[in-house]
Amino acid sequence: MARDSQAALVALNRFGFGARGGASGDLINAASDPRGFVKAELARPTGLLLEAPGLQSTQQLGQAVFAYQDQVKQAREAAKATAPAETPAPTEQKPALRRNLSLNAAATEIAGQMAQAKPADIAAKPELMQPGAAAPAAKPAPQPLNVIQKTFRAEALARLQRATLAECGFTERLVVFWSNHFCIAASKGELARIWAGAFEREAIRPHVLGRFADMLRAVEQHPAMLFFLDNQQSLGPDSRAGQNRKRGLNENLAREIMELHTLGVGGGYTQDDVTSLARIITGWTFAGRQGQLGPPGSFVFNANAHQPGPQMLLGKSYEPTGLAQGEAALADIARHPSTANFIATKFVRHFVADDPPPALVARLRDVFVRTDGDLRTLATALVDSDEAWKAPLTKMRSPYDFLVASGRLLARVPEDPGAYLNNLNLLGQPLWSPAGPNGFPDSSAAWAAPEGMKLRLDIAAQMGARLGNNIDPLDLLEFAAADAASIETRRTVERAESRQQALALLLMSPEMQRR
Amino acid sequence: MDCTENRLLTSRRGLLLGGASFAAWAYLPKFARAADGRDPRLVVVILRGALDGLSTVAPIGDPDYAGLHGPIALASDGAHPAIMLDSFFALHQAMPEFARMYRDKHAAVVHAVATPYRDRSHFDGQDVLESGYAGPGRVQSGWLNRALEALPRGERVSSGLAVGPTTPLVLRGNAPTVGWAPLVLPQADDDTAMRLVDLYRHRDPSLATALSQGLQLDKAASGDDMKRKPGNAVAQMRQVARGAAKLMAADDGPRIAALAFDGWDTHANEGGPVGRLAFLLGGLDGALAEFESGLAERWRDTVVVVATEFGRTARINGTDGTDHGTGTIALLAGGAVKGGRVIADWPGLKLANLHEGRDLKPTTDLRSVIKGVLQGQFGLSDRVLAETVFPDSASAKPIKGLVS
Repeated sequence: MARDSQAALVALNRFGFGARGGASGDLINAASDPRGFVKAELARPTGLLLEAPGLQSTQQLGQAVFAYQDQVKQAREAAKATAPAETPAPTEQKPALRRNLSLNAAATEIAGQMAQAKPADIAAKPELMQPGAAAPAAKPAPQPLNVIQKTFRAEALARLQRATLAECGFTERLVVFWSNHFCIAASKGELARIWAGAFEREAIRPHVLGRFADMLRAVEQHPAMLFFLDNQQSLGPDSRAGQNRKRGLNENLAREIMELHTLGVGGGYTQDDVTSLARIITGWTFAGRQGQLGPPGSFVFNANAHQPGPQMLLGKSYEPTGLAQGEAALADIARHPSTANFIATKFVRHFVADDPPPALVARLRDVFVRTDGDLRTLATALVDSDEAWKAPLTKMRSPYDFLVASGRLLARVPEDPGAYLNNLNLLGQPLWSPAGPNGFPDSSAAWAAPEGMKLRLDIAAQMGARLGNNIDPLDLLEFAAADAASIETRRTVERAESRQQALALLLMSPEMQRR
Repeated sequence: MDCTENRLLTSRRGLLLGGASFAAWAYLPKFARAADGRDPRLVVVILRGALDGLSTVAPIGDPDYAGLHGPIALASDGAHPAIMLDSFFALHQAMPEFARMYRDKHAAVVHAVATPYRDRSHFDGQDVLESGYAGPGRVQSGWLNRALEALPRGERVSSGLAVGPTTPLVLRGNAPTVGWAPLVLPQADDDTAMRLVDLYRHRDPSLATALSQGLQLDKAASGDDMKRKPGNAVAQMRQVARGAAKLMAADDGPRIAALAFDGWDTHANEGGPVGRLAFLLGGLDGALAEFESGLAERWRDTVVVVATEFGRTARINGTDGTDHGTGTIALLAGGAVKGGRVIADWPGLKLANLHEGRDLKPTTDLRSVIKGVLQGQFGLSDRVLAETVFPDSASAKPIKGLVS
């Protein structure tokens, strides 16, 4: 047989989001030239940027949040002034609690649930805010979504539609990889939630096939990252603002830049380097609602908050050149051999195997070094490698991969992100909201745990029940794997007691779960 | 099969659903329901993100404390006075339940404690805390799982738990574990599930193991009131503890379990008597109370150990928070705890006494605390503790007399 279905499966599943159903012909096209099929996407110059009607810039969105927060505040004050008798006597804790919920990472889930809940669920909000409350009060009428929730859903929808429609999906997979590498968490607060999509569009996408150093700079200067890792609060202890306000450094962003974004743990930096980088990037912030430093919601360098003087970092002295001091430091860190090694390892682990083949890692590391972090060349080298085509498909699809691959196979372009967002929450991968700055896990074991598998099956059964009527599961198996499907999978799908059951089993088959 | 499955588990950080996760040993220890009627239970609570021990149990008798912790320092006076545990240490006011247990001598604090890890990466720190090895990078099994392997194995538990789709590292390893999540979703029917398990058995054995485990556990927890309620991280701490306690209270329920709570990485605006940390501590306090009430008469034989990967800087940073540090606290609660005391070889907070001039200096090895609990509850020998459970840890002797 001329066409190679197994290689097509590698092309579509290892590198992409899986074959699309309907008349796409993805599997046949991939089988005729597997490498070419994957690489074709890298050649398309416009494939990365995501522009959809209604998606706004970080600056516009920041201003929308500020306006929304002002509105809420005014409404609350108006309510207090007009109907004091009807408001329950405020306990001492309540205002503090509310502030926490909107601004702090402590409120990990609530913002997500509120943004993703159906209107009927939002009525439960008062209950959410009183964890100890015994019985829910009578439900108030459903509230319309606020600007933060609307934006989050619009961003999610645009991303899901792009992933569902992409031909192979390799560039979208690269976007997801880099977005998780440089993750923020929407659960940090209202700004993080409204900015999560814009952050990916503005700081990640333009550089996915560009230079690592450019992506690094774009990320660390993006208001969403500065907010997520507290750098907008960090002041040079000897800066004018630090002196006036008696506040100082916050090491959070500086540490994660080195530990998670570039060098990696054990990458050759010390506590002194962390502190030093923290000083170097003091003043990297975004303009607030008053707009004293610039247009509200835009990145600014605040010289008043910047620690004066030269700094030693990783054995090199950086002269006090203001914003340029930090940019020079980041450029050097991006070029550090530990960074090349860290990125190459993570890249191969994501696409090829939990235990990345050392020879391939070494080759990609050399490519990274030689090309000064050219990410298109890095991706091409991965596709050109033998290892990526020979290694068995043992990686487990993440919940996001699984849901997108299922939607593609069923040829359903999402019109509403709600079901995806809910299912991602259930499966432990809430969109743009990992539990920590290290992002979602990238091992098969993390996604193949007992509870996770059980929940996946429940979700697949729901999809089967809803959509099974109108499809021929054996056709779908042809689209998904053709003769690369195992006899057992084929038999299991054929012998199912209903189309609904057949679809659930197909979606849960190893051919759909592994990549 | 359990072994194969568990060896695959190499994620660096347990995946958390709603900020909390829970898992338990799938077997009863053989000596459960032994002649003396003692039926010991152990719950290990991991606080991920590094708890500020100096803000939870504050050394307000130390002359340097108030200056270092600045505006977020606790005090015995003011609108929200901390609760004096003795003449030197005071407990955060958000933890009245723990304070009550402490007064009843069923709770204790160990202060200036740390794992052997001395760097400041969360993820490596959590690996060391949970793996029980002296350094990072060993993520195949956790110390609690290796302790289970050393225990005589009785019947299989009939109900299981674990919130979050993965098992925390501390409980990963060869000894089989079970899990449960408080979620509500229309479920796949049994026939579909069995067909899929059958397919996996032929094509993908590790998925067969995982799915079969997931299905069993779900059965065990259904039929009671474990329905998912919407809630924030704090409500979920309570909810997870309530569900876990209910399952653990059963005669054939799990005896040894672990859970993890996220969100303790208080770099900015940590808050003092009220604020973000207070909010989280209130959740932890509520979770302990849920264990107490849910375990009912079994609370008598229970020890809950609360531990975190490292502490936070003694001096607050420039943003009214604290950065990654070293020494911190461990909490013990439960009817079996010989409580009512703060166990500390207090190093002092003078600059010269701080670890690297910035962190509370650890004077007690966390492994000694945990060894003391494992020995008191389950009678594990010094040798097993020093070689298997916490490899190469002979120098960290078990603390005697933690358990009554």
